[in-house]
Parts: sequence; structure tokens; C-alpha cells
Amino acid sequence: MAEAPTPRSEARSASGSGVGRAAPPRRVLLVFIAPAFVLYTLFLIYPLVQALIFSLFEWKSTVRGDFVGLDNFTELFTRFPLDEQLPRAFIHNIVFYLVTMAVMVTLALLFAVLLQRARRGRGFLRVVYVLPYMISPLVVGYIWSLILNPTFGPVNSVLKELGLGELARPWLGDPSLAFPVVILVNAWYYLGFPMLLFAAGLAAIPEDYAEAAEVDGASTWQVFRHVTFPLLIPVFGTVAILTFIYSFNVFGLVWALSGVDGGPVGTTDVLGLLFYRTAFTGGVNAFGTASALAVVMFLAIFGVSMTARWWFGRLEEGLS
Amino acid sequence: MSAATRAGGSGIDRPRRRKSPTGVAVSILLWGYVLVVLAPMALIVINSMRPSRQIFREPIALPDSINFDSFVRAWGEANFSQYFFNSLVIVVASVTLATAVSALAAYALGRYRFRGSGLLAVYFLSGLLLPFRLAIMPLFLLLQDLGLVDTRLGLILVYAATGVPFSVFILSAYFRQLPVDLSEAAKMDGAGEFTIFGRIMLPLVRPALATVAVFQFVPLWNDFFFPLVLLRSSDKWTLPVGMTRFFGEFQTDWSTLFAGIIITTLPLIIVFLLATRQIIAGLTAGIGKL
Repeated sequence: MAEAPTPRSEARSASGSGVGRAAPPRRVLLVFIAPAFVLYTLFLIYPLVQALIFSLFEWKSTVRGDFVGLDNFTELFTRFPLDEQLPRAFIHNIVFYLVTMAVMVTLALLFAVLLQRARRGRGFLRVVYVLPYMISPLVVGYIWSLILNPTFGPVNSVLKELGLGELARPWLGDPSLAFPVVILVNAWYYLGFPMLLFAAGLAAIPEDYAEAAEVDGASTWQVFRHVTFPLLIPVFGTVAILTFIYSFNVFGLVWALSGVDGGPVGTTDVLGLLFYRTAFTGGVNAFGTASALAVVMFLAIFGVSMTARWWFGRLEEGLS
Repeated sequence: MSAATRAGGSGIDRPRRRKSPTGVAVSILLWGYVLVVLAPMALIVINSMRPSRQIFREPIALPDSINFDSFVRAWGEANFSQYFFNSLVIVVASVTLATAVSALAAYALGRYRFRGSGLLAVYFLSGLLLPFRLAIMPLFLLLQDLGLVDTRLGLILVYAATGVPFSVFILSAYFRQLPVDLSEAAKMDGAGEFTIFGRIMLPLVRPALATVAVFQFVPLWNDFFFPLVLLRSSDKWTLPVGMTRFFGEFQTDWSTLFAGIIITTLPLIIVFLLATRQIIAGLTAGIGKL
């Protein structure tokens, strides 16, 4: 959810008032730190490192076989059906991310700006907008699969009532419609989160800045464009990176809307589903190939987030 | 001075904006989206009280009477009582464990500088950006070796571990802010480090503990991936996993499906409404840290 503070900010706050001078003996420190350290290392870091090692071996079900070097990685891109499904799922995740980002930097930002100016019901509106983000993505998917059901779903029945029957569609069954519908359903679920981030960013901007600009005769749009917007760059960075990580992890929502195969005919397949299928229904060497896939996904997700962090950091420095 | 200007400014500004066409458009947009969010939810609540036959004939209509038959079916026949109990036990235990161990570590990291403390802080914080689901296969084998596959305890330990990075991050920041004199005075009186932690420091960060605990609750209650892989027998399933079978078995009984959705979601909505402040604080904690 949150970003790690940079070592820089760490050092700055450490010189503050609250930090004790003499550290207690090491064995006392050990008792404080060991439980969290062991839990975190054993159940998260150690398996994550192991995934790298797993990917270099051949597997017979859950038993490790011979060292095979990068064979599992080659298999990822050459073995049918992975060679077709992997690029397709990857492209779907990219499209999913780009469209979601486009909706978020327009709608979520717009709602955040309008909400800040709203006179009545601001608290209520904010709670309502964030509400879908509290529901499990899996449940969100199931809810919309019922609402969009071609025969009994209320969406099609409303269209028929309005005399727009020819617009009624099998929303999730039509290969050309299913993926856009998945992205829209996700936007319904996700919007509140970036909106909160933008709202927090807006609230942190001192009002004097905008007032000064207004006194100088700037229009509302000019104030937004030249005062507010540049000050929001760090928030854009956070939204872009968190949405990226989220988009490449999407799983339950698509599972509920389209099933584990990302139907119809794979048009909604994403890396999360493909990884699950490869690992748990992927044949004898499933663990080998799926570990290779995990390593590739890890490098893509972590590498891009780190690069983006660095890039936004520079952008911010350049502006200040 | 600036406060007066601001108050005066908005006094002149706001009524004018409300009457203007853009003001009306803004209201329509803001309240229109409320409808987009709430309409599907209202539909679920209303239809959970109507028999499936009626829903199929007429998807949008008010119920003839207020009755909770579908909830009884979901709770009993569809096993939601079991799933609910499992979710509750697993999530509460995970949150408690994660908060406890994180408070200890955050105290040491937030209050003291020692060799390796900076590195340790970075080590814990890196967890905020790591995609841990990708470690599912090694994790599965690890739990198998420990005899913890298909046990609630196994899932609790994994969940507690996922809560550590965020909790350490928030709590160490709070511990750091507490004045140093407090612990120095106690130390003069001969209090040990654990007494200072338990009696003096921990009560002072209670609001942060609440934020951390509440904030972990939501993603764990909603998680689908880990129990899907780590739990086999249906008597240990949590709500999201139970949901997948439920949607297969009751696909022709929408009334019960809607009731199941409500049973799964209601605790979250209640937690969110009771602790809006903490959850929003948790969600926006990453701002400006980039």
C-alpha cells in the first residue's frame, strides 16, 4: 500500500527528539526484533528467494529434480500453449493498466478536485466513493457477473424496458466486449483509492498558493494548471506505481467475471490467472515453469516500479 | 489574517458557485456517481429478500415482504456459518500476531540507532513493494514440511508475515515521535526496557495500533489467493474461497447468492464505517514518501 521512506528521510527523522541515545544491550534488542524478523523472513522473504532457485531446476510434481539452467525460461516462451498465452496475458495486463490509469487520472482526480470544493456532504461522498474498494475483488466480480447476466441480469432488462433491446448484450460472453467490461468493473471497484490519494495530495497544498495566484488574476483553470498540478506530481507518481503493481496482480476480480481461463476464448486472460494455472494445473514440471514465470513477473513488476520511483523522484527535483 | 481572508473569500465565492450552471453540473456529477456506486448494492439488498423466481421474472422490483429466508439458507445450507467463523478466527489471529510482533520491532527500530538498524528498517520496508504471491510454490512446500498445509495456523502465520512491513512502517514512525524524557525518567527509576515498552510506550501509541490493526483487517478478510492454494478441506475455507463453490452450487438460486454476498461483505462495511478515519489514514500513508 505505502511506499518505503528513502534512507534520506530516515536519517532526517532519526535526529529528531524521540530517539534515545544509548541503545540497550544486543540481547534485549534481539528479543524485540527477532519475532517480526523470523516471521517475515521465514514466510515471505525466504520463499521469494527460493522461487528463484526453483526456477533453475526440473520438477516432478513437488519433488525437485536435476539442475537445468535456464531451460524453464526457454520453455515459457516456446512450449505450447504458454508461448501463445504468455504474450497475450502480458498485453492484457498492459492494456488493463493503461486504461485504468487513464480513467484514474481523469475521473479520480476530477472527483478529488470537485470533492474538495463541495460544500455539503463531502464526508458522505468520500465514504461512498471508497466503499467499493472495501469489498473483495472476487465478490465485486461475482456481483457484476449477476448484474450483467445476459438473460436475468438487470442491465439487459432495463435496456429492454427502455425500448433499447437491441443494445442488450451477453456482456461477458462476447469476446470483443468482455475485456472492456472487466476493465470498467474494475474501475468501479478501484476508483476510490486513487481518489483518496489525490484528495490527500490536494489537502496538503497550502491554500495561500492558489489565493496568491487568484489575486494576481489567474483563472481557476490557470491556478489548477500552474499551481496545483505541479504540486501533485508526487501523488501522480504514487498513483502510477501503486496502480501498476495492482494491475499486474489482478486475480480474483477476473476469476469471478471470466473464470480461471480468462474466457471467453482467453480474451480476458491475465498474468495472475496464467501463473495460477501454470503452477497448479500445469503438468509434471509445473513448479519449474511457474517458478520461471514468477521470476519474470517479479523482475517486470519490481523493476518497473523501482525505475518509475527513480524517474518521478528526478521529475520532482527538477520542478522544485 | 489569512484565516479571515479565507472565510470571507469562501463566503462570497460559494453561493455564487452554487447558483452557476457549472455548480449545478458539479452537483449532478458528484451525486450521480453516488448512484453508480450505490445502485448495485441496493439491488443486492432488495433482491436478497425476493424469491429467485420473482427475480428472474422481474430483476428490478421491491420485495413483497421483508423476509430473511435466503439468509437462513446461505448461513446454513450453503455453509456460510462455517466460512464466516473461519474468516473471523484467521483474520483476528493474524492481525493480533502481526500487530504484536511489529510493535516490538518498531519500538527497537524507532527508538534506537544501533549497528544495522538502518539496514533492518529498509529490509522490513522493502516488503511493501514485493509481490509475495509469486512465492506461493516455495511457500506451499515450506508449509508442507512444517505440517501446516490445510491448517488455519499455516494461513495465520503467512497473513501475519504480510502485515509486518506496513505495521513496522507506521508504528516505528509513531514510536520515534514520542519524547525521549519519558523513557529516560523511567530508566532513572530503574525500569527495564520491557517495562518501559509495555507500561509507558505502548499505551501512548494506541491510536497507531488501532490504525494498523484495522487497516490489515480489510485486505485479509478479502484475500482469495492464499486460502485457495493453502487450504484444501472445505471445513477450513474462508469466505472468499467458500464463495467460489457457493456460486457453482447455487447458480440458479439468486436470492441465496445475494444473501451470501451480503454476509461476506457486511462485516467490512461495518468496520469501514466505524473506522473510516483509520482506514483512510492507512490508505494514504504512502503519499509523499516516494
